[in-house]
Amino acid sequence: MLGKLSWDAIPFNEPLPLLSGAVIGIVILAILVTVTLKGWWPYLWREWLTSVDHKRIGVMYVALGLIMLLRGFSDAIMMRTQQAIAVGSAQGYLPPQHYDQVFSAHGTIMIFFVAMPLVIGLMNLVVPLQLGVRDVAFPVLNSISLWLTATGALLINLSLVIGNFARTGWMGYPPLSELPFSPDVGVDYYLWSLQISGVGTLLTGINFVTTILKLRAPGMTYFRMPVFCWTALATNLLIVAAFPVLTATFVMLLLDRYLGMHFFTNDGGGNQMMYVNLFWAWGHPEVYILILPAFGIFSEVVATFSGKALFSYRSMVWATLGICVLSYMVWLHHFFTMGAGANVNAFFGIMSAIIAVPTGVKVFNWLFTMFRGRVVFQTPMLFSVGFMVTFVIGGLTGVLLAVPPVDFVLHNSTFLVAHFHNVIIGGVIFGALAGINYWFPKAFGFTLDERLGKASFWCWLIGFYLAFMPLYALGLMGMTRRLEHIPDPSWQPLLLVAEAGAIVIFCGILCQAAQLYVSIRTRERRLDLTGDPWNGRTLEWSTSSPPPAYNFAVLPRVETIDAFWHMKHTAPAPVEPAYEAIEIPHNSPAGFITAFFAVVMGFSLIWQIWWLAILGFLAAATVVLIAGWSIEREHEIPASEVAQMERTR
Amino acid sequence: MTIATIDKAPAAVPTELARGRGGGGPASKRIVVAYGFWIFILSDMVMFSALFAAYAVLRGNTAGGPTGAQLFNLRSVFIETMCLLLSSYTCGLGALSAERRRPALFLMFAVFTFVLGAAFLFIEATEFAALVEKDAGPSRSGFLSAFFTLVGMHGAHVASGLIALVYLAAQVIAKGLPAAVLRRLLCWSLFWHALDIVWVGVFTLVYLMG
Repeated sequence: MLGKLSWDAIPFNEPLPLLSGAVIGIVILAILVTVTLKGWWPYLWREWLTSVDHKRIGVMYVALGLIMLLRGFSDAIMMRTQQAIAVGSAQGYLPPQHYDQVFSAHGTIMIFFVAMPLVIGLMNLVVPLQLGVRDVAFPVLNSISLWLTATGALLINLSLVIGNFARTGWMGYPPLSELPFSPDVGVDYYLWSLQISGVGTLLTGINFVTTILKLRAPGMTYFRMPVFCWTALATNLLIVAAFPVLTATFVMLLLDRYLGMHFFTNDGGGNQMMYVNLFWAWGHPEVYILILPAFGIFSEVVATFSGKALFSYRSMVWATLGICVLSYMVWLHHFFTMGAGANVNAFFGIMSAIIAVPTGVKVFNWLFTMFRGRVVFQTPMLFSVGFMVTFVIGGLTGVLLAVPPVDFVLHNSTFLVAHFHNVIIGGVIFGALAGINYWFPKAFGFTLDERLGKASFWCWLIGFYLAFMPLYALGLMGMTRRLEHIPDPSWQPLLLVAEAGAIVIFCGILCQAAQLYVSIRTRERRLDLTGDPWNGRTLEWSTSSPPPAYNFAVLPRVETIDAFWHMKHTAPAPVEPAYEAIEIPHNSPAGFITAFFAVVMGFSLIWQIWWLAILGFLAAATVVLIAGWSIEREHEIPASEVAQMERTR
Repeated sequence: MTIATIDKAPAAVPTELARGRGGGGPASKRIVVAYGFWIFILSDMVMFSALFAAYAVLRGNTAGGPTGAQLFNLRSVFIETMCLLLSSYTCGLGALSAERRRPALFLMFAVFTFVLGAAFLFIEATEFAALVEKDAGPSRSGFLSAFFTLVGMHGAHVASGLIALVYLAAQVIAKGLPAAVLRRLLCWSLFWHALDIVWVGVFTLVYLMG
């Protein structure tokens, strides 16, 4: 009746996950009770949960990413603490089988449920505004994407208290992830939460490619699009071409585990290297799926806060597209040591080094944009400058690792761990934080507190260097990754420094929480009435903050790059245009309800409760079919109402 | 096809911008929907290509079990292929009748398409059942895992296509052929033809080369 599920699934003998699960449960319960007591449900349902407005969806994505950042970070600090104390004869506080779940969950969560929601959220918030249009191509699909991503996040957190998580690392390599070696539900939690959220991500990719290529304001030719839109286009092309590979790979692993097939097994003619190849054929483009939008954010921020047009816009675009293509030709550098042979390794080593060229072009473009500009060091700009320094170091260690003989020495060492944290924190996370500080006033109509923002930047920057520079050294000293116990006491001092770094980063996160709290409390004093708090250059700043549901009362006419800057400097005093009625899409509960049934289905598949899985699937499919039945999905805002809203701006 | 089927055109834009260089403002709904669906098909093709790759890698890994040459019955596969190709033809005729706003004719071709698609699935299911009976099921060897997954994934697509066809035929009966339904039919026929193309790959790589 309940498949593999029984009371044994709850880890009563492990206080740590139970306690953290209880804390999370109490917090969620407290929120639910507050919302109920204050009577906020109708508002929440109407304005957020069923919203198909790209701005709302973007905000919810970012919120999801930030909440999951807390979860992923607590995993991180648990690992750092374990490594700092479990040295020599000391065993630390985490048993091996728990520690292995922690590092697997940390990687999975940080990639799929922190970095992805943050970049997708910012794209949602900004891309349609920058393109000068009213929404994405498929608003209801967009809502479904969001909620399927949230489904994955929920399932992965359920594994904390019901059952356990994978102990395979975030890549889930077979044969370890096959049934004989991982017989419990951990790997199934990993696979199903990523399969379900992967569908959401794929739909986002389809949605945004269509939006950027087919929905732009009149006059916005390709080479007038803001760079962030270009990078969003490249990212979503990568999503469309890479995520199906991950889906297919996981389907094969699931079939191995559930139906006894032999794709990646030791016996029966399976081939483990096929998993590794397929995984990284997705995995390397995924790296660029994350970093390209961050490059776009930095391009916008650097141009705005330098008061200059971006240096060499065209080379920036070509560099983006070059990276987009090259990212498919380097996947093998993730496993040089796994016996591909010298010639193959040489090819992939050279390709990996070549990808540094367009990246270098970008760095020089940002530097030349700042050169002789009037640089204003607001928080987003600080993150951008911090990124440029940090990312170049991470990029250089990456080029080092791209040399196969060097990789044979450093493979799976903490040098590698330091390298990819160097580019992901220094690149993606700094980019997302710059973007949040930069576009927050657009989303909410008031600016964020500068003092706390700067404090959080310095904590993140210093904390990052303290936490990860020691790992470079430790990797060269021979320390491998994922050690639950440290055999060599001479490594301990550096591990203590890394622990201190993690604590400094924690201070940065606290500063951000305080920044959010203080800014909301003092919002009356920091209102952005112009819609253009930074003297911006692109179209999102031409509408009010927050923008109306329809974004633009009249679609802007674009004549140049940096369209809004051009309008500000050439346009005559505005006369009220003739407003027309605007069609905007209805709210739709389809996404939320589909996701609810997707949770039911995913959970039952993990625990092999077949009847409930079938029921969940049928219910989710029915919701989609019902949503697809209607013909009228838009309603009109009459011209008079538009005019009235615009006059009160 | 005809002017009547094109959705509301976008607001007038200066002609110098509307030359297909992307400056003409937002595209019409019909273009946006079909374009998005093309991108979806592209992603589906990428997924199939991963399964094709897996099949190519595992083809020789029979683990002492039967090989493709010993198992495949090209005669029934040929009939199966003809069913699917013919269903694409009737699907095309159905799309043309829908474009000409002739719902009854469309429904007739939809029935033909459904029957041919169902026949395809029936032959495939019979083939699968026979293989399992011969102790050549998906868990026998890496080769058979890859075979069943690749062909089965295509079959699952055909099955969901048939369900979607019934659903859309119901929409045509309930609502006639307004622009929104026409757009959905357009997407459906794109999907159906794409499955045909995948099947040509399966037929060649799996059966003829097996």
